[in-house]
Amino acid sequence: MNGVETWIAAILTICVFSFLYRDNPLYRFAEHLFVGSAAGYLLAVQYQNVIKPNVVERIASGNMLAFIPLAMGLLVLGRLWEKTTPISRWAIAFYVGIYSGIAIPSYLQAQVFAQLADAVKPFEPGWHAINSVLILLGFLSVVAYFFFSAPHKGVHGAAARVGIWFLMIAFGASFGYTVMARASLLIDRVLFLLRDALHVLPAI
Amino acid sequence: MGLDRRIIFALIFLATGLPLLFPVNLPITPSPRVRAAFDTVDRQPPGTYVLMSLDYEPDIKAELQPMAIAVLRHCFRKGLKPIVLTLYPAAPGLIERALVIAGTAEGKKRNEDYVFLGYKSGSQSVILGLGESIRQMFPNDFWGTPLDKIPMMKGKNSFADFPLVINLSGSSIADYYIRIAATRYQRPMVLGATAVMATDYYPYLSSKQILGLIGGMKGAAEYEKLMDITGDARRGMDAQSLIHVTIAILVLLGNLALFLTGGFRPGGSGGSREGTGR
Repeated sequence: MNGVETWIAAILTICVFSFLYRDNPLYRFAEHLFVGSAAGYLLAVQYQNVIKPNVVERIASGNMLAFIPLAMGLLVLGRLWEKTTPISRWAIAFYVGIYSGIAIPSYLQAQVFAQLADAVKPFEPGWHAINSVLILLGFLSVVAYFFFSAPHKGVHGAAARVGIWFLMIAFGASFGYTVMARASLLIDRVLFLLRDALHVLPAI
Repeated sequence: MGLDRRIIFALIFLATGLPLLFPVNLPITPSPRVRAAFDTVDRQPPGTYVLMSLDYEPDIKAELQPMAIAVLRHCFRKGLKPIVLTLYPAAPGLIERALVIAGTAEGKKRNEDYVFLGYKSGSQSVILGLGESIRQMFPNDFWGTPLDKIPMMKGKNSFADFPLVINLSGSSIADYYIRIAATRYQRPMVLGATAVMATDYYPYLSSKQILGLIGGMKGAAEYEKLMDITGDARRGMDAQSLIHVTIAILVLLGNLALFLTGGFRPGGSGGSREGTGR
């Protein structure tokens, strides 16, 4: 980024951070500017990347088949008016059908069968066997917790309580990572202000 | 208990800024997950083509941009040939910058040592398309050059031509790559994810659907350490540590104050459950 761009970015960063003191016009200016520019940018990119190559250029080159997806796309706009809402469902049904056909087999293959196979594989040798035991215990106890067709009593209840512990540990780990992620965003902005805007730190 | 939250913000700002101004370079120990990712890239013989999908936008660049630069530099240093693409509309500017930084540092040139295909809308359908024909998905590179006119793209047209797939992602696009590239097309895959996402992908390491996992800024810093380079991730880790210590102390103090004012007892008077509105 050149000097002017850097300073625009730095001033907008400070405008957004000013919200930490209290809500104010500078923050709202930056927020509205972001929403507007992001919407404009996305509209332009999607036109260039989707509408132009898939519709405009194909029709211009005489490929009349492009009218079919164009018509399907226009049908979705039927949701804008109450009377035409039913016809929008034809296009949505087509989309849901296609997406389900793509997503369901690959989801089962990669995220159900592969994970089940991993959960019941033979224990690894040595100390790694402890990890395998923990994975199996975690898997069975969490499944027990989410099995609501029988009351959580007796052995089932005990397994479900162990499952809660596994879930709590997983949520704790996830939350720790989340704190790190949010801190990273702040570090990046402060690094930008100190290095790129104020030149207090050496450049990359 | 009536602590003005702006004092907490000021403390966090200090915990962020001071270590950046006065770094102490706390030790960074690469985790087995990041080392596995590094080793997977490192094992590839020179000249190997690597398909890299860098799927992030400015909101999470803090975590994934340093990661992308480190992984790209590793590929370049090993003589690998990254073919880079993105499925996020606001990503091309960031990726172009990462390619320039990594390429300049390692002395590599566009369309000779790497190709940047740019952005394509459609996420899952694009990944499916990459398994059949890259040219159908990306007829031209980011700068408008037809792929058939780029010599290093000759004979490279689908997942089958790439012995390694790398996805650095801040969204469910990582799931799609695992489902399609790693599972359906059986491509060895390395994943880089934001810290928020990282724990969700540990199971795929265990099942070997992914061969390595780089999680957040810490993962990027570990990768930089293994590369023996200093980027933004390593620069930020002192601040990261001090922020965590500050938050931990504040949580302890908050709980101590709540305990001392009887807030843990049912009906205890200590600690308002409502914010001050400031």
